[in-house]
Order: sequence, then C-alpha cells, then structure tokens
Amino acid sequence: MNTLIQFSYFVAAVLFILGLKRMSSPVTARGGILWAGGGMVVATLVTFLWPGMGNYGLMLLAILIGGGLAWYTGQRVAMTDMPQMIALYNGMGGGAAAAIAAVELFGGGEHELTVLALALLGALIGSVAFSGSLIAFAKLQGWMPRPVFFPQQQLINLAALAAAVLLGLLVFTWQVSPLIVLFFLLALAFGVLMTLPIGGADMPVVISLYNALTGLAVGFEGFVLGNAAMIIAGTVVGAAGTLLTQLMARAMNRPLGAVLFRRFGESAAAGTEAVTGSLKPIDPTDAAITLAYANKVIVVPGYGMAVAQAQHKVWEMCKLLEERGVTVKFAIHPVAGRMPGHMNVLLAEAGVPYDKIFDMEEINAEFATADVALVIGANDVVNPVARTDPSSPIYGMPILNVDQARNVLVIKRGAGKGFAGIENGLFYLDNTRMVYGDAQAVATQLIQGIKDLS
Amino acid sequence: MTIEGFVALYIFMLAAFTGYEVISRVPVILHTPLMSGSNFVHGIVLVGAMVALGRADTALEQVIGFFGVLLGAGNAVGGYVVTARMLEMFKPSKGGKA
Repeated sequence: MNTLIQFSYFVAAVLFILGLKRMSSPVTARGGILWAGGGMVVATLVTFLWPGMGNYGLMLLAILIGGGLAWYTGQRVAMTDMPQMIALYNGMGGGAAAAIAAVELFGGGEHELTVLALALLGALIGSVAFSGSLIAFAKLQGWMPRPVFFPQQQLINLAALAAAVLLGLLVFTWQVSPLIVLFFLLALAFGVLMTLPIGGADMPVVISLYNALTGLAVGFEGFVLGNAAMIIAGTVVGAAGTLLTQLMARAMNRPLGAVLFRRFGESAAAGTEAVTGSLKPIDPTDAAITLAYANKVIVVPGYGMAVAQAQHKVWEMCKLLEERGVTVKFAIHPVAGRMPGHMNVLLAEAGVPYDKIFDMEEINAEFATADVALVIGANDVVNPVARTDPSSPIYGMPILNVDQARNVLVIKRGAGKGFAGIENGLFYLDNTRMVYGDAQAVATQLIQGIKDLS
Repeated sequence: MTIEGFVALYIFMLAAFTGYEVISRVPVILHTPLMSGSNFVHGIVLVGAMVALGRADTALEQVIGFFGVLLGAGNAVGGYVVTARMLEMFKPSKGGKA
C-alpha cells in the first residue's frame, strides 16, 4: 500500500512538472493544465489510502464545501476579475499550509529539530501569504481603499515581523500552546500590515510574490509530513513564482524592494515638468472618419478598456476597418491590464487572433508609420514623460511610442490622471484628439460611424 | 516514508532549478495563466491537509485540520477552474465568442 501511495505521488510530481512545462507555450498550454489536473486527482485519491487515518467524514465534507465554493466562484468570475481570484485561491493554499503546521504543533509529539524548524518556517510564510492575499483580494475587489498609510508604518511592520520571528524561536524552544497561538496571530497580522500600503498598480507583483511564498510554505510542510509530492510541487512553484515575480517587477520598472517598501511617487513632486498645449476633444463620428480613411491603425488597449468590457466591441470595430482595407494591429504593453499577459487573455476572449497582437518590442518601431494610434483606456504606459522627465515617478519605464504616430486618438472616461497620478503630455500634443466616454459606448458609436460611411 | 536530511536538501535544490528552468522561456502572453497554473499546482497542499486531518485526535486539531482541507480544496479546485478557463481562450482557431 505504501509503495502504491509513494508511486502515485511520484507520478503526480512528474505530471505537475510536465504540465507546467506545457503551460509555458501557447500551443500546448491547454493540455498542460489537464496534465497537472490529472496529477492532482491521482494524488488526492491515493491519499485516502494513507494508513492510520480517521476523520474521513470530516475530510469529505471539507473537500465538498471548499471545492464546491471554489468551483462555483471560479466558473462565474469575469475575466477582468481574474487577478483577485488568483489572489484568493492562493491565499487559501497558504492558509492550508499554515493549518498543517498548526495541527503538527498543537499535536505536540516529538519532532526532530529540523522538522520543527521547517514546520514553523512554513507556518510563518503560509500565514503571511494567507492574510496578505486576502487583503490583496479585498483591495482589487474594491472592498477597501487601495494604499493605506499610517505614521511609522515601516517601523511597525518591521517590529511585527521581528516579533513573529522571535515568537517562532520561543515556540521552537518550548512548544507551549499560548505561545503558538500568539505566533500565528502575529504572522497573520504581519501579512495584513505588509499589504496595506501597497497600491493597486503594484498588486500583480505582490500577488505573484505571495504565490511563490505559498509554494515555499507548501514545500516546507511537505518536509514535515515526509510527502515528496508536496516538496517537489511546492518548491517548483516557489522557484517559478520567484522568477515570475521578478519578470513582472522588471516589466513594470518597479524593483521588488520599491514595491514592498517605498510608496509610489513618494520621491517625486508629481508633474514638475509643465505641460503645454490643450486637450482637444473630438466627436466619435469624426474619430470614425479618421479611422476609416487610415491605412494603418495600431490599437493600444489599456485597463480602461478591460473595465468597460469593451474588448468585444473594439474587435468588432477593427473587423469593420479591415473590411475597408485598413491594417489593424494591437500593441500590448507588458503591464497592460492588471498583470503581464492579462490583456492578451482579454483580447483572446474577444476572439482577436494571435497574429494581430504584438509585444512592445515588436511594434514600437511601427508607430512612426501608423496613421492612427488608437489608445483605449491606457494612460501611464503611453506617457512620453517616462522618456523625458527624470523627476517623474514613472521615469525610465519602457513605454509604447504612441506619440510618434501621425494621429493619436485617445478614448478616455474623463480628464483624470492615470494610476501613477501624473499628467500625460501625450494628451496635449498637437496631433492628439480626445474622445471622452465609456470605452464600450464609444466603440459602439465608432462602429456606427464607420458603417455610416459605406 | 521519511526523507533523510541531505536527500531532502537535494530534492529541494533540484526542484528549485526545475521550477526556474520551466518558467524561464515563457512568453509574456502566458504570464497570467502560468501564475494561475502554478497557483493550482501548490494546491497539492490539499494532500498534506488531508493527512493532517486524518491523524488529528483532539477537537482542536480536527477543527484546524478541517479548515486546512477546506482551504486546500479551494486552492486546488479554484486554481484549476480559473486556469482552465483562461487557457480555453488560447484556441488555435480564430473567431468565436466567450
């Protein structure tokens, strides 16, 4: 029996790694999740055979409730809300890892010192990932204000972490129940405190970081339980998640340290460079004419398009343009949407084919030859100030060279500022026209305008 | 099965390199689905939570274990559903509505 269990875990670990491997290529990605899912089913089923266990009723009930709720919410969530759902499910994993540690610790029993240390470390990391992810979820869901500041914040956060670690050491020495409880409470509190000051724009990086942390915690608890599948899967995710976090942070030009410890825009007196010119609004019908008689249009979708759920309408409009012989391309900034790759998912949902979607490096040179750059709900990622003004908080961030296009059309909800809270010089350029309104409504009007021309 | 100290360390090291290598050549368009996919993979924590609950004796351990399994199942199932839904859109054929 034991051999069967261990062999099944081995198969599961292999399937996880192969699944992740397949998920890293668009061609095989859809099969990848099936492979990994198969591994999960095998591992879960075989665990019921683990010798010397009880509480099967409770176990099944918990699986049904937890799995059922997750199935229901996961099926219903809109594509735009994916990031916070990932945060939520990830937090649950961290909580589960912490719970394993808690059962081991409260159960007393004699542990080897290394095992005890790993259990505590996993408990600390898992708890932080749990409470931190829940805060991230609440923020993205709009249930609480984005960045929360209070005096001496970093000092207090540091103190909370130090206290949690200290208590962990005390538990390591004595294993007294009240100390264990206090240890978990402090670890949970630190997760909350650490996430509070982080703003919405930085959330993807933080969610990815918590994803890596949960993986690590799972790996550590795997050592505690002597479960090779958990060790391998957890560690693989820990390493992969760390790399992914770095990739995201680099794409956003926000070093991880800055995301975690520095307030966004703190250093800069925002908008020191005077913006000259004026905002020039234009009717959607006029904008439609500009688009319809262009040779080449590059669409730059941003988070505003995702919020307005306008991707289907925008694609419908682009198909109309193509029927008129206009070349249409989509330019995706690495952090368009809420996470790297999020915008690609949204466009794919709307049915935009791959070969029309281009990364920043691929398309940046083409803006100079484009008749129209159509910016839909994007702001900071097209702000030329990132190239020119060293005092700007987004200085140095790679941007799409929209300002080099012959005409720039900007669809925008109002005259407000972007995430970074700074003026966008692009909107004041001579060849820029502003189309105010909800992206979906404007796209509908553009469609009508283009149809009227033919 | 107990895993002896240094063997565990080797497993840890090799798994870490594997994770790093598997991700290193991933295109940007797959970052979000892949993050979700790796989120699903650490749902294997469910298995550990099941063992922890299965061995629990006192009421306190049972309660904690129960929530552990509940959360772990949420991680695994939720992670799978969300990832599958995202990857579903990467169909090779073009067109089609969500």
